[in-house]
Amino acid sequence: MQVKITEQDDIVSISIEEERMDAHNSGDLKEQMLQLFDEGKCNLIINLSAVRFIDSSGLGALVSGFKNASAREGNLKLCCLQPQVRSMFELTRLHRVFEIFTTLDEALASF
Amino acid sequence: MSRRVTIDITVPNQTKYLGVIGRIGESLAYSLKDYQGNRRELAYHLNLVLTEALANAICHANSCDPDKDVRVLISASDQDLTIKVFDQGQGFDIEAVSRLKARTHDEGGRGIQIIFKLMDRVQYTREGNRNILEMTKYLR
Repeated sequence: MQVKITEQDDIVSISIEEERMDAHNSGDLKEQMLQLFDEGKCNLIINLSAVRFIDSSGLGALVSGFKNASAREGNLKLCCLQPQVRSMFELTRLHRVFEIFTTLDEALASF
Repeated sequence: MSRRVTIDITVPNQTKYLGVIGRIGESLAYSLKDYQGNRRELAYHLNLVLTEALANAICHANSCDPDKDVRVLISASDQDLTIKVFDQGQGFDIEAVSRLKARTHDEGGRGIQIIFKLMDRVQYTREGNRNILEMTKYLR
């Protein structure tokens, strides 16, 4: 999975550079997040602005990241969801789990 | 009355084909001439249902065996749209899986539930040495 990783203070932003997050590429994101957790980085923002489609595997990868971040007393937040992607969080009620922000700046300011 | 469209595709049992098949469903939604509902939403839902059903066949039923194949049969008219996904696995109790409620912090277990939420009729049957996941959406 193509991602762009940037760091500001102790917050890591992962920008997904893919149109689809599905069972083909979501495992890669989980691996990349685990690597960050191993490095002690546990405050993450996932920027989904480029993602047009997400399936249950993509949602599962984000839940995995959220749980791992929480277990390390960090947090995983989401930003910049396209409307159809946002509707998937509502369909599965995961919008109650994640903090979701309209812009990256809002997400950064929330930590 | 418009003619029924049938699309019959067989792909290797590999997840890289999820996007290919999903996009076919999406395109089909835009080609339905008399559909009165939210076409953009239908396109997303068909993409999603095809992706979930195919991923289930590839990763679970066919155990990610790259030498197996997955067949997808889509049949659409102005009245309804039926998707059949054929796998070569052991099969499973889809009713039992659909009744399991994914807890909010579970990583998996949402795929079949999504299919049940978005489609009007879902059944999973065995025919010879293969299983067929059949999903229908009424368009009127």
